[in-house]
Amino acid sequence: MSGAALDEAGLPEIAEHYTGAHPIVVEGLRNSFGDHVIHEGLSLTVNRGEIIGVVGGSGTGKSVLMRSIIGLQIPDEGSIEVLGRSMTDAQDDDDIDIRSRWGVLFQGGALFSTLTVAENVEVPLKEFYPEIDDELLHEIARYKVILSGLPEEAASKYPAELSGGMKKRAGLARALALDPELLFLDEPTAGLDPIGAAAFDRLTKELQETLGLTVFLITHDLDTLHEICDRVAVIAERKVIAVGTIPELLALDHPWIQEYFNGPRGRAAQFSQESSRAPANSQPGGKTMDNPAGRGA
Amino acid sequence: MNPPPMREWADFTTETGEGGATVVALSGPLTVSSIGPVDRKLRAFAGPVARVDLSEVSAIDTVGAWTAWRVARDHDAEITGASDEALRLIAAVSKSRGTADIAPPRPDLVERVPERVGDLVIGWGRGSVGITAFLGAMLISSWYLIRHPSKFRGKAFVRQVELVAVSALGIIGLMSFLVGIVIAQQGAVQLRQFGAEIYTINLTGRLALRELGVLMTAIMVAGRSGSAFAAQIGTMKLTEEVDAMRTIGVSPIEALVIPRVLAAAIMMPFLGFYAAVIAIIGGAFLSNFTLEIPFLTFLARIQEVVPMYDIWVGLVKAPFFGLIIALAGCYQGMQVKANAEEVGLRTTMAVVQAIFMVIVLDAFFAVFFTNVGWG
Repeated sequence: MSGAALDEAGLPEIAEHYTGAHPIVVEGLRNSFGDHVIHEGLSLTVNRGEIIGVVGGSGTGKSVLMRSIIGLQIPDEGSIEVLGRSMTDAQDDDDIDIRSRWGVLFQGGALFSTLTVAENVEVPLKEFYPEIDDELLHEIARYKVILSGLPEEAASKYPAELSGGMKKRAGLARALALDPELLFLDEPTAGLDPIGAAAFDRLTKELQETLGLTVFLITHDLDTLHEICDRVAVIAERKVIAVGTIPELLALDHPWIQEYFNGPRGRAAQFSQESSRAPANSQPGGKTMDNPAGRGA
Repeated sequence: MNPPPMREWADFTTETGEGGATVVALSGPLTVSSIGPVDRKLRAFAGPVARVDLSEVSAIDTVGAWTAWRVARDHDAEITGASDEALRLIAAVSKSRGTADIAPPRPDLVERVPERVGDLVIGWGRGSVGITAFLGAMLISSWYLIRHPSKFRGKAFVRQVELVAVSALGIIGLMSFLVGIVIAQQGAVQLRQFGAEIYTINLTGRLALRELGVLMTAIMVAGRSGSAFAAQIGTMKLTEEVDAMRTIGVSPIEALVIPRVLAAAIMMPFLGFYAAVIAIIGGAFLSNFTLEIPFLTFLARIQEVVPMYDIWVGLVKAPFFGLIIALAGCYQGMQVKANAEEVGLRTTMAVVQAIFMVIVLDAFFAVFFTNVGWG
């Protein structure tokens, strides 16, 4: 059928879905800017289907780690494997293929400011799958907009007409455009109001469950960590010093971790988490509502 | 190691089920990477369809789920054989009505043309009001600075002098040298027909000092510094730096505009004169080799044939040119509001307006100086 003809026209081969256990494996990573060493011997393994939260003080290189994994930053040393492919010695062609299998939400949304939200979503689709008709393209853009929790009317708006929270959702819609297996979120709730942030957390969790995503989530937001992260990786002293669930991390005797999770904000988030669990347990089948009031305490 | 898998496309077959109902059976991977051709075929398929069967589908993502759901919706059919995953995805995507606009609706040409013309006219009107207001704000700030000279931002001014003038010396010098060579060479070719090659000196000297030195410099400064002013200030507007200044109590006009305008207006005469001198040197250099007028003789003759007022003509115009260039750049920069594209548009406008206004003004000056006897 017409498929064979299209392949001869030079369209990329499409890889199978990743079925291994660890879509992201970072080993012995070293990153530096001039004399300033950001990472030294950093290793991190992400399990398939989990939401992993990455925390660390400002300037510890959380974003640099994400940029290294998605190939925007060339590390000095170390190996990075994404969806079973080595990023560190990847050829350009492999690179392109892998890029269609992840979605990235940058901090500010990084929407293309001269395109509408729907057109933003269509950009990666057009780039990778030129054979898709315009009509389907528009339909995809519309439901992705809905999927990211925006009203359908937002599809025809320009980024400048959107609020900060809507921009993040629009950025998420673009990140989800290609039905990625991996989703990278860089501080998705930063700058959102507590209600908006809680809603974004819920959305992330829902999408992860519905679409079977693996989510790499950088955050400073303790509520996000408590609410939706399966595991948390702590970056300090230029490496990942610990990975685990929050109770596991709390059991460790590291001063930074203790301060982070047991500081006033950490305790407030823990408290809100516990108090929101209680009513959910007493109403079987009721959806767990997080308590926005606990946020930002 | 297996060879990379061939791209497998989704497909569908139709069969007539019990009771004459048509069943559309989708097969293969129903994902974004394999949906293109089958989507086209499905749209062309007229129906009627009673059931959409997904039991032969090997993989599905939201695009596949949407396509199955859309076919079912359009033909009022039911979906059968869907896996749990497919059902979950269909439930997620079916919230979209699929009718929203992708881009704001585009009116007809008949409406667009008058609308655009109207926009332009109003834009011009607003622009002239805006520029008047900007000039007013500048005058107020200047008056304030004259009364409070200690508020003047000396450092910013010196920095702008360096950027506008000192770092432009190389490129303006090179350009003027080449322009001087071209005038002398072209002039000599024409004047040779009358045996009046010696007048190449008059031509080069007077043209360089009166017109070309300052005009070419103005174009270069508009391209180098006028654009930089617009882009810098425009970006600062986008990043809210200008607003931050206002809230701290720093007037952006005082801090950003006045140093730039002053630097351009003060340095233009120097740059223009420098350009003229280099152009004359270029002319002398050429004459030395092709016209057999020795270099020093050429320079000595310049003193005799160029009247002093030619220098004044060049020098008087220069600060006005500098003023226009800097004002256009700063004004356009301050008008940036929305996005990165606007910074680019405003920068272009600043350069185009500056060069255009400089040439218009130059024409007025030419007539003026001739009338006052400096022809």
